[in-house]
This record gives sequence, structure tokens and C-alpha cells, in this order.
Amino acid sequence: MIEKALKGSSLYWTWICVLLGIMGIGAFCYVQQYNYGLGYTGMSRDVSWGLYISQFTFLVGVAAGGVMVVLPYYIHDYKTFGRITILGEFLAIASVAMCLMFIMADLGQPLRALNVLLHPTLNSMLFWDMIVLNGYLALNIIVGTVVLQAEYKGTSPPAWYKPFAYLSIPWAISIHTVTAFLYCGLPGRHFWLTAILAPRFLASAFAAGPALLLFIALILKRTTKFDIGKEAQNKLVTIITYAAILNFFFLGLEFFVGYYSNLPGHMHTLDYLFWGLHGYDQLVPFMRFSLFLGAVALVVLFTPQLKKNDKTLGVGLVCLFFALWIDKGLGLVLGGFVPNPLEYVTEYTPSLGEMCITLAVWATGFLILTLLYKIAISVKLEKELP
Amino acid sequence: MDKKRRDFLKIAGLSAIAGVAAPTALNTLFKGEVIASDHGGGHGAEPQGQGHAKIEVPTGKRFGMVIDVNKFHRYEGLAEKCTNACHSIHNVPKFTDPKVELKWIWKEPYEHAFTEHSHYKKNDELHNMPFMVMCNHCDAAPCVRVCPTQATFKNKDGMVLMDFHRCIGCRFCMAACPYGSRSFNWSDPRGKDKDGKPLIAKENTKFPTRTRGVVEKCNFCAERIAVGQEPACVEACGATKAMIFGDLNDAHSEISQVLKKQYTIQRKPALGTKPSVFYII
Repeated sequence: MIEKALKGSSLYWTWICVLLGIMGIGAFCYVQQYNYGLGYTGMSRDVSWGLYISQFTFLVGVAAGGVMVVLPYYIHDYKTFGRITILGEFLAIASVAMCLMFIMADLGQPLRALNVLLHPTLNSMLFWDMIVLNGYLALNIIVGTVVLQAEYKGTSPPAWYKPFAYLSIPWAISIHTVTAFLYCGLPGRHFWLTAILAPRFLASAFAAGPALLLFIALILKRTTKFDIGKEAQNKLVTIITYAAILNFFFLGLEFFVGYYSNLPGHMHTLDYLFWGLHGYDQLVPFMRFSLFLGAVALVVLFTPQLKKNDKTLGVGLVCLFFALWIDKGLGLVLGGFVPNPLEYVTEYTPSLGEMCITLAVWATGFLILTLLYKIAISVKLEKELP
Repeated sequence: MDKKRRDFLKIAGLSAIAGVAAPTALNTLFKGEVIASDHGGGHGAEPQGQGHAKIEVPTGKRFGMVIDVNKFHRYEGLAEKCTNACHSIHNVPKFTDPKVELKWIWKEPYEHAFTEHSHYKKNDELHNMPFMVMCNHCDAAPCVRVCPTQATFKNKDGMVLMDFHRCIGCRFCMAACPYGSRSFNWSDPRGKDKDGKPLIAKENTKFPTRTRGVVEKCNFCAERIAVGQEPACVEACGATKAMIFGDLNDAHSEISQVLKKQYTIQRKPALGTKPSVFYII
């Protein structure tokens, strides 16, 4: 089955080479970071988590978002998602792999990472996050490969895989809930200290994950004979729309609580992110652009002519994905550190090397995704179009 | 009344009783709080509980510190003397870039040390006072709660300590600390600065230097307490008595006597961390 990944068009190989190139640059930068220490990045004692952890947080969402196709297929027996379910599972594998790489890139002492297992600490949410992420990775590898293997052999998958498929559904919710718990259980960080953080994470995940999935499906439709079908596409658009609305509704709730209660701690970070605090406003253009992109995406998703046209729908999906990426992959983590506990403002700008490493992890994720999708689609097309 | 409806009412009644009784039963089960309900009994108008978090129950030793800000204000240079004593004894490297600097104890103005207090219409003197800030060795330390490897832990004397060899450098503790008291070694602390000067001017061989990629902070001089010495900063203050260190749980200790007589404040008490560092202003 794996041999399917070794035969492809020149476009396929060019794409692989581009990814490998970015990975090479990132690996070079990582060696430098490893030798110098994390001072190689733009992080500081005040903003002690940067791009790595923010990408990690966002990607946990993308991984969890895959459940939006897995759940209807397995729980509601929604056969229309049959072709896309495997794509959702493989997207989860690639995303969790990226999450784990980002965590490793962020550790000051990466060689000691296994201390988390040697000294298991039940009161640490990071310990639980490690458990749920690796568990989710395993579940998706098992379910994805077993189902695909069966299809490849032309048999029906063995019955034992079903419990794993069902388990993966609540497990997907758990990965993003526990990831939210990393942040929302810290008494001194008001921006994160909100019970709605886990729901916010889930809403943005259920919009961003399927948006990326559908966007990839649209590309596949143009470049290969693989088509997920009109009905599945429309259903996904509906799911994405509801999740996106919920996401922006939750964001609005944060604004209300912050500004109506007038509590300084609740307003500071919102001020910093959307208006600037004491003259520091580096993230303001990003956050406002995120709102703009989100608004464009909602217009596309609500206008029948625009969402029925693959091109405009694609634009809408990209807008939504980047809106959510800025909101969670930048603002949420970086903003939470401003102002610092002593109410000084330190801004964070990632270093060039740090950005290269970040891009390289994304490239690795996309490489995993490309190989997995290549195999899956080759198998499916082979069986369906003799 | 037909049977179904009567059954329903029975179940509803039972559930209501269970609903009322269950929390009490659970409390008794988990916390052994039987006496709590007896307390309010005789005094009808008394509030049923304190608005505050649970009262700290003394168990074993709990070391703490009282910092007299007036004295730091009176004796010029005392703040720097404390910082230098601490940093040289503990081999804290001197990075000049504030973004990556390491510090265990340092001075801050009032509005940054006490961010949740009002700064409106305070006397000028207050704003000029140096407030020594450091790890609060919280009784309910968020950093200890979040550490995935127990590299940061509370010892039996109530001191929050670091195991530099176990720390994986995830910096979760830095995100968790509400006081900004933790520092990370962003690069090799044993190295040299841009001008070729060693970052640790004179190494104290009795205390370990650290490696890059681990977190560190004030350790209440656990290594000195263990051999009967005072913390380095307290020693630096000497006869000024600007800092008083001792066991908060020992009613006869000097620190307990001072706390009994003087009005003191703690940093961010609303967070429930129960800091062990107190300030006289």
C-alpha cells in the first residue's frame, strides 16, 4: 500500500521537494537553537511562550476538528462522509505530529522530555495533555490504516476497529479541552482565566479543521479525479458555518464580560490585542485583520451564490482559516502574557530562525499529510475506477 | 391521584432530599467537615461561613519573610546590597538585556509590586519606596501545581524549590507564576557576555551553577537554612532588621511576633496563592 506514495506526477514531486527544502532549512536552524539555547528565539522572561506553543495550541484544534467528519459517519451512520472520513483521520495524524514537534522545539532541555513519563504528575495539565495527544495520535493511526488497508485488499475492515473509532470521538473533544486547561487554570493570567476557553477552543477547532479539510478537498477535486461529492461538501459548509458563528459569538462574550464588568485584568489583554496598551500595539493590525477575514468568511458562507461556487467558497475557507489562525495561533497565547504579572509591557517578535523552525514543522506536517493523502486517494481511486 | 403521578411525586421528593443532603454528605466524606454546620447553630444572625478561602491550617514548618519597606527606604543602597548578596551566592548570571535577564530578588516601585492596589492619591514617599520582590513561596503555589515533572516542588518546610536536573524547560511554571518571580536560562549562564566577561563574575563553588534551558528562582536559601545560616538577603540587611525570616507556624518565632503586632500586606492575595512574603509599609 505504501508504494502508492512513490508514484506521482512531477507536480507531486515538486511539492515534496519544496517541503523537504523548507524542512532542511528548519533543521539547520534547529541545530543552532539547540546549541545556543532558546535565547535563539524572540521569547523573553515576560513572553515566555512564543510561536511554538501558539502553533501547538492552534494545531490541537485542527486535529480535533477532524472529528466533525468522523462523528456523523460513525455515530449517525452518515454514509455521505465515507470518502472524506479517512481524510479527517489523516489530517488529525499530521496535526498531532506537528503538535508534538512544536512541543519538542519549545523545550529548554529536549533530551529530558521523558521526565514527564518518569515522574508522572497527575496534577499537571501538561502531563494529561501528553497522554491525550499521544492517545489521539494512536487512535487515528489505528482506525485510519485499518480501514484503508481493508479497502486496499477489497475486504471489509475487521470488527475490532469499531470501538477505537467510537473512542476517538470523545477523545477528540478531550484533546482540545485539556489543551484549554493548560491556560484557563492559571490564577494570575486573566485573559486565559475564563471557563469559556475550552468551548472557544472547540468552536474554533470545529471551524478551522473542517475548513482546511474542505479546502484540501477542493484542491484535490481540481488536481485529481477524487471528489468528495456535492452533498458532503454542502454538509461540511453547514458544519463550518455553525462552528464559525459560535466562535465569533464566544469572542463577543469575552468582550462583554471584560468591558461591561470594567475589571482591569479582563480588559488589559483585549486592550493590547485590539487597541494597543500604553502605546504597545504590535498585534493590533493582526487582530483587526483577523476580524475582517472572519467577517468576509461569514459573508461567503451565508451567501448561496458564493458558497455554491468552488472558487469563492475556497476564498471564504482560506479567510476563515487565517482568521482563526491569527486569533488562536497568535493572539491567544502571545496576548495572554501582556501585560506581565508586574504590569510591564514587553512585546514579542519571533526571530528569523524561530520562524524558519516554525515553517519547517508546518512543512513536515504537510509532508506527512501529502504522503498519507496520496496513499489514501490512490487506493480509493483504484478501487472505484477500474 | 393516579399511580404514575404519585410515583413521580415520590421520586421528586426523594430526589429533593438527596439533593439537599448530598453536598453535606460529600463534604463529610471528602473533607471531614462535620463541625462546620454545628458552628452557626446557636447564633442565628451570624454568617454561615467566611467569604475568604479556607483558613490556612498550620502543618509542620512554614518559612516566611517580612519585608519592612520603610527601612529599605531609609537605608539607601540596601536593596542593591540584598540583590548582590543573593545573586553572587547563588551564581545568578548577569545578562544586561532585560528580556533575558535572570533575577531572584530585585526592587520594584509600588505600582508594579502591588498591581491590584489603587495608586490614586498616594503619597509621594510611597512611590519612591523600593519594594523588594521575590518568590513568595506560596502555600498554594500555582507553579508547583502545573509542573509536569515535579522539578519544582514544595519541601517539608514550606519552601518552593527547584530541581535543576529534572527541569525540562517547558516554562509552564513561568506562565503560572502570578508574580513574575521565575527566570529562564535562555542561553548558557556559564558563558561570557559580549565583552568577553564571564556572566558569573565570581563563582561560588558551594552552590551549583545552572545549565541553559532550565528555570530558576529564589529558593529562600534552603541550602543556608539547612546549615543554620540566615538567608543571604536577610544577612545583608543585618542589624537594620529590614527583612525578618522565620517559621510562620511557630507562634514564638520573631516573624510571628512581628506579624501579630504590625499591619502587613501580601501581593495579590485575591488569587488564593497564600504568599509567605509579607510587607510592612
